[in-house]
Amino acid sequence: MTPHTNVPPARDLVVVGNGMVGQRLVEAVRERDPERRWRITVLGEESRAAYDRVALTSYLTGTTADELGLVPEGCYDEHCVLHLGDAAQDIDRVARTVTTASGRTVGYDALVLATGSVPFVPPVPGAGADGCFVYRTLDDLDKIRERAGRVGSGVVVGGGLLGLEAANALHSLGADTTVVEFAPRLMPAQVDQGGGEVLRRRIEGLGLTVRVATATERLEPLDDGGLRMVFADGDVLDTGMVVFSAGIRPRDGLARAAGLELGPRGGVAVDSGCRTSDPAVWAVGECAVVDGSGYGLVAPGYEMAEVVADRLLGGSATFGESDTSTKLKLLGVDVASFGDAHAATPDALEVVYADPVGGVYKKLVVTDDASQLLGGVLVGDASAYAALRTMVGEPLTDTPEQLLTAGPQVSGLDDAAQVCSCQNVTAGTIRAAIHDEACHDVAAVKGCTRAGTTCGSCVPLIKTLLAQSGAAASNALCEHFELSRAELFDVVRATGLRTFSEIIARHGSGRGCDICKPAVASILASLGTGHILDGEQATLQDTNDRFLANIQRNGTYSVVPRVPGGELTPEALITIGEVARDFGLYSKITGGQRIDLFGARVEQLPAIWRRLVDAGLESGHAYGKALRTVKSCVGSTWCRYGVQDSTSLAIMLETRYRGLRAPHKIKAGVSGCARECAEARSKDVGVIATENGWNLYVGGNGGFRPRHADLFASDLTTDRLVVLVDRLLMFYVRTADRLQRTAAWLEALGDEHGDGLAYLHRVLVDDDLTICADLDAAVQRHVGSYTDEWAAVLDDEEKLKRFVSFVNAPGTPDPSIRFVTERGQIRPTAADDDTAAPVTVAGPTLEVVRR
Amino acid sequence: MTSGTVTAPARTWTAVCGYDDLVPESGAPALVGTDQVAVFRTHDGAVYALSNHDPFSTASVLSRGIVGSRDGVPTVASPMHKQVFDLRTGACLDDPEVRVTVYPVRVRAGRVEVGSA
Repeated sequence: MTPHTNVPPARDLVVVGNGMVGQRLVEAVRERDPERRWRITVLGEESRAAYDRVALTSYLTGTTADELGLVPEGCYDEHCVLHLGDAAQDIDRVARTVTTASGRTVGYDALVLATGSVPFVPPVPGAGADGCFVYRTLDDLDKIRERAGRVGSGVVVGGGLLGLEAANALHSLGADTTVVEFAPRLMPAQVDQGGGEVLRRRIEGLGLTVRVATATERLEPLDDGGLRMVFADGDVLDTGMVVFSAGIRPRDGLARAAGLELGPRGGVAVDSGCRTSDPAVWAVGECAVVDGSGYGLVAPGYEMAEVVADRLLGGSATFGESDTSTKLKLLGVDVASFGDAHAATPDALEVVYADPVGGVYKKLVVTDDASQLLGGVLVGDASAYAALRTMVGEPLTDTPEQLLTAGPQVSGLDDAAQVCSCQNVTAGTIRAAIHDEACHDVAAVKGCTRAGTTCGSCVPLIKTLLAQSGAAASNALCEHFELSRAELFDVVRATGLRTFSEIIARHGSGRGCDICKPAVASILASLGTGHILDGEQATLQDTNDRFLANIQRNGTYSVVPRVPGGELTPEALITIGEVARDFGLYSKITGGQRIDLFGARVEQLPAIWRRLVDAGLESGHAYGKALRTVKSCVGSTWCRYGVQDSTSLAIMLETRYRGLRAPHKIKAGVSGCARECAEARSKDVGVIATENGWNLYVGGNGGFRPRHADLFASDLTTDRLVVLVDRLLMFYVRTADRLQRTAAWLEALGDEHGDGLAYLHRVLVDDDLTICADLDAAVQRHVGSYTDEWAAVLDDEEKLKRFVSFVNAPGTPDPSIRFVTERGQIRPTAADDDTAAPVTVAGPTLEVVRR
Repeated sequence: MTSGTVTAPARTWTAVCGYDDLVPESGAPALVGTDQVAVFRTHDGAVYALSNHDPFSTASVLSRGIVGSRDGVPTVASPMHKQVFDLRTGACLDDPEVRVTVYPVRVRAGRVEVGSA
């Protein structure tokens, strides 16, 4: 096999399985093996490379398969090969080879089994029928999505962690969802009866049906293609589909056939070094049973991968008793359990705080003298989870009551305390990253240490560590204001101060700058303080707002009239064309379904607007941090696939929010069916028609960091949709940072509150902050006070005075502005332009006729 | 050239606009001979004049920048890419290599006058 030379030859490592743990193993080996002593071959059964199965459900709410991908760039090359869609079928332990489904035979010196698990489907007659699914892979989710789109209802068998994930998925797909659990409570492995009860009430509050202590006896096909479930108590339930998510079983078939030792209840038996009964074969993750225990969580799997990587390179690491703490957001409800959650320690005491009305249940398990924390259960509010988990086994610093109500203090967090259990990162490692690697925000800490990159539950703790280190970036707006934009907004709103001079005198210092002045101008405009060029406000505006047009590289401006929903009459189109021709402007179609006219000099702007306004057009606010466009398809009016009138809705929304000043630009889109021709999910506010109404998506973005918008609410009536968009936009206007798009805002809300989307739900739907009435009224004031900013300037001699090329020579065009002609239109001259090319000074000298 | 008032043999002054025509904390573009000049009035009533030419973008736009302060120094930020200039000296506070021309400026009988550089 391997040639004998003086240099130690590379040996062959074969990894069966490219799930999260298998991938982690490959990365761990490569990190420790820069000399490439191991040549690696990975055999993956799925057609996709490793992806984040923990976040699987997010695939149904907008995250793409690519975004879930876990394979870093450059991971695989000629020495480290990944074969996808080719399952390992047979191990020959004598010849040390693995044979795959396609007939490939790969030799190994070391073999690692990372085959994971299969969903457990209870042995119920009819469970294999059409319409029955499991919940494990992206392919499973594609099938579930396809089915859920056709049938209106679904049942999830299994009320544990995975079952509730699946229920969440069905619910988010708009299916009428029922959860059936055999045990007397939901999540029986993690929470106790009290916690399970609170969880049940919260989940029922969301419109799902929960049946606990229910055994399924059989499934029968119905004539309409649906399924009938018959329960042990004789009840029946008709449904469109059934998803089995009642636990997992280790995939040990390969090992079994190869004669490797198995655990008493299945799984590949391994020792504390993760080695099987064959010294050349190892097993990691959900397929492995370490000293008799199997683990269904990713963190222990990662730990096993690290152990094997260490051992393959000569180390002697062992797998310790792994932390099985869990924190999840299930259907918007926080659920966490950690340590000895079931008080199995002799003489352990339980301290319980229960608020059935608020849907909160918290339990701490402590030693009999209440000196040490052993574990706990948190349902409904798991904000203290990350900090509490680090305190397990430590002497208690506060009484259990204080810990339950006020939450723990994290100041004394020991360097050895594990902050991120998924990636096994300690507080000391994070502190080192902050101080030595200059990581000054959560993103930098994530990138440097991997902490917070899997389930994200420790992000609040990372933020606290950042804040304590003093490294966290100040949220002060600029040198003139200590306040953040959101704080300044509240101050201005509450104090009634309406000029920059008053605001900076009372709440700032100095005379302002290009950061705080436009920010204050935007706040004043959002509060509805008249025309943005009134009085002192004019001097606060960035040049685009100051001249109500978009500055271009040569100091000229571009002009974009509003074209609501992209709908344009022939007359308006002709007017725009005539204006472009008469003023010699370059015209181009924008991405937002309108027409941009370039090359206008400052002194030309009022005459251009005059022509547009006289034809019934108005400012499109292309220059403003404001609503830009609401893009739409033609919808059901013309399109044979459309199910709703997307164009009318887009025009209504664009007209409603036009001119609304915000921390950054706002883009929206409305699609008339699921084909999504308006690309609404790349917008801040996306609306997609369904058979029953509209689905609302928030936080999409194109640009530098593309992000698909998240589904916020389904099957809304038009009235309800408008209410939610009203609140969403006004809440964004009030609370976002300067120049923070909704995508980043939503992620920041998530970092602060655990789950940005769920938080928005609580604020905008449940009205937890009791501000909805105020938000609604603010939008009404905006709608009622809208005026066209261009027309207002044309009616105001004082404002018109500023639109001159030179104060002492208002009619003289700026001689430095030069254009050349390209493809029949003007463009600014460039440094490398041929000097002999035809040059137009200050635009064409066409006679401009008023009509 | 518009009306000029000669006060010293070496320097020509050009009246460009009324002092009241300058909006506090903003700039205005003026043509002085063939030079494009940005004239500024700050919060305290002082008047400054710089070349209107933004050396970074090469467009004549500094008069359209936001007027403010940095560490107490009166400033204007280029509207193109936001580099900040000291109104008193023309020095770019974000790039010590760059400086724009400063023009003498004064107020006479309610008129703002710019001198040749």
